[in-house]
Amino acid sequence: MNPFSVQNIKHTQDITGLSTEDSAKYIAGGTNLIDLMKLQVETPSQLINLSQWEDEQSITEHDDHYRVGAMVTNTALANYAYHKPSLSLLSQALLSGATVQLRNRATTGGNLLQRTRCYYFYDTTKACNKRQPGSGCDALTRMNRIHAILGTSDDCIATHPSDMAVAMMALDAKLLLTAKSGNERVVPVREFYCEPGSTPHIENILENEEVITAVIIPKQRHGSQYYRKVRDRSSYAFALVSVAAGLVVKGNRIEKVTLGFGGVGTKPWFPVSAIKVLTGAEFSDEVLDLAIDAELADAKVYGSNNFKPDLLRNTFKSVLNSLYEHQCENDDYEGALYEN
Amino acid sequence: MSTLFVNEEAYPLPEDPRTTLLDFLHQHLAMFGAKKGCDHGQCGACTVLVDGERVNACLVFAFQLEGKSVTTIEGIAKNDELHPLQKAFVERDAFQCGYCTSGQICSGVALMDELAAKNPSAVTCSADYSPKEDISERMSGNLCRCGAYPNIVDAIQDVIALEPQ
Ligand SMILES: Cc1cc2nc3c(=O)[nH]c(=O)nc-3n(C[C@H](O)[C@H](O)[C@H](O)COP(=O)(O)OP(=O)(O)OC[C@H]3O[C@@H](n4cnc5c(N)ncnc54)[C@H](O)[C@@H]3O)c2cc1C
Ligand code: SF4
Ligand code: FES
Ligand code: FES
Repeated sequence: MNPFSVQNIKHTQDITGLSTEDSAKYIAGGTNLIDLMKLQVETPSQLINLSQWEDEQSITEHDDHYRVGAMVTNTALANYAYHKPSLSLLSQALLSGATVQLRNRATTGGNLLQRTRCYYFYDTTKACNKRQPGSGCDALTRMNRIHAILGTSDDCIATHPSDMAVAMMALDAKLLLTAKSGNERVVPVREFYCEPGSTPHIENILENEEVITAVIIPKQRHGSQYYRKVRDRSSYAFALVSVAAGLVVKGNRIEKVTLGFGGVGTKPWFPVSAIKVLTGAEFSDEVLDLAIDAELADAKVYGSNNFKPDLLRNTFKSVLNSLYEHQCENDDYEGALYEN
Repeated sequence: MSTLFVNEEAYPLPEDPRTTLLDFLHQHLAMFGAKKGCDHGQCGACTVLVDGERVNACLVFAFQLEGKSVTTIEGIAKNDELHPLQKAFVERDAFQCGYCTSGQICSGVALMDELAAKNPSAVTCSADYSPKEDISERMSGNLCRCGAYPNIVDAIQDVIALEPQ
């Protein structure tokens, strides 16, 4: 690992006065950054240590939203969301990610900004435009079983690996960002991530040295909710496909549908086309097919990931069918599909 | 206060910030209980407790833990008395080569607190599950090459049954 210096921040206002080097990086839990530093994929000359950032370690409830500090751990957020019916899909998404050990360290800000798990990105002997712009992309023609089918480009097909971010997409969370100048802005998570295009190293709209301060989750009704993650082993693995969904039905008409897809997009995927087809429609097997057809219209496969469109279709239909059955039996229900 | 507490003793933080907690335990304190398996958060052999919560010692720099209390396997027994989970591991023969055992025990000790606090798991969020499946899910951050899993789960169940829930 290359040598680096450390700066500590304790309060949000400390960010304003920071003197930082060009390759400085924030370090929150460290569970992704330290891994990448050991592999020489990331080589910051300076770390800005957020461990003692006291202002942003808690969750607060307000009239119309929840505010989650960037340094709230995945464990703390999962435990909290578990007891809030309208956030139950977020709890399930968090609990399906990584392990207790990792979730105890992983933070809300760090989880949103974790890097892809593309094998070639992690292997510095391979071509990767994301790691080294202009060097090519070995994933396009080699092992791409875990790679994306939506939002891809000729330069990069890596998925965003976060489960939590998929749930945040579905719940229409907003990110509070603070710049070194002290300026603050609020950006919907649905507008935060960038598709790779010809610049796969630019993954989001965060400007130089801007920090994620908190996540704001609006209070909304999502009805029966479920986060279904399909993966190669039952635990401790990233999603091949995941579906975050909430459904409210009246009679058999879809009043509201909340959706996010993971494992299939170059960013946590917000399925606009599917939602358009479903909202207001009569629930049926046909309408589910129409919705997922619309979302998959622009999908591309790359060889080893040819199975993903079908896997997404089947997972999506199975999740929505379970939610529909549950809603029909429990009209005004709000919360997880399985209550214990 | 550049101090870190390990098993209740205070130590100065290492000078080189590149030192992970795991390397600090091994190279500075000569405590080899926590094991290095993968060094990338993928096996759980390095599991220790930080302020009572289990974490991977290989994916945290020592400087990130300034002022915090670390408990390693060396600090789990009280005086000469083994922790009930350590005894259960012996009784159930929950280890074969034993390499993963210190991480498994630290993890299991934290797991019992997490159950007592009624923290949810991915398994408790799904239909029909058994306490055994729930323990397996909660222990899934600790891999064991020798496949001693069934005995590990049994040992944990023994101790949970002894403790009032
Ligand atoms: C073995 C293993 C399995 C895993 N499995 C899963 C899984 O199944 N699902 C899943 O979703 N995740 C999984 N993860 C990833 C894990 O969730 C992430 O590593 C973690 O969420 C990152 O959070 P952190 O706080 O440790 O981030 P760090 O490693 O500290 O930081 C990550 C990035 O975010 C930046 N950053 C951090 N905080 C801020 C901030 N507030 N503002 C601006 N920049 C910031 C850092 O500079 C860095 O670039 C796994 C990880 C491992 C090692
Ligand atoms: S898919 Fe993206 S991250 Fe993976 S090798 Fe290609 S450019 Fe790199
Ligand atoms: S050595 Fe830390 S998890 Fe494997
Ligand atoms: S007993 Fe050998 S690795 Fe677990």
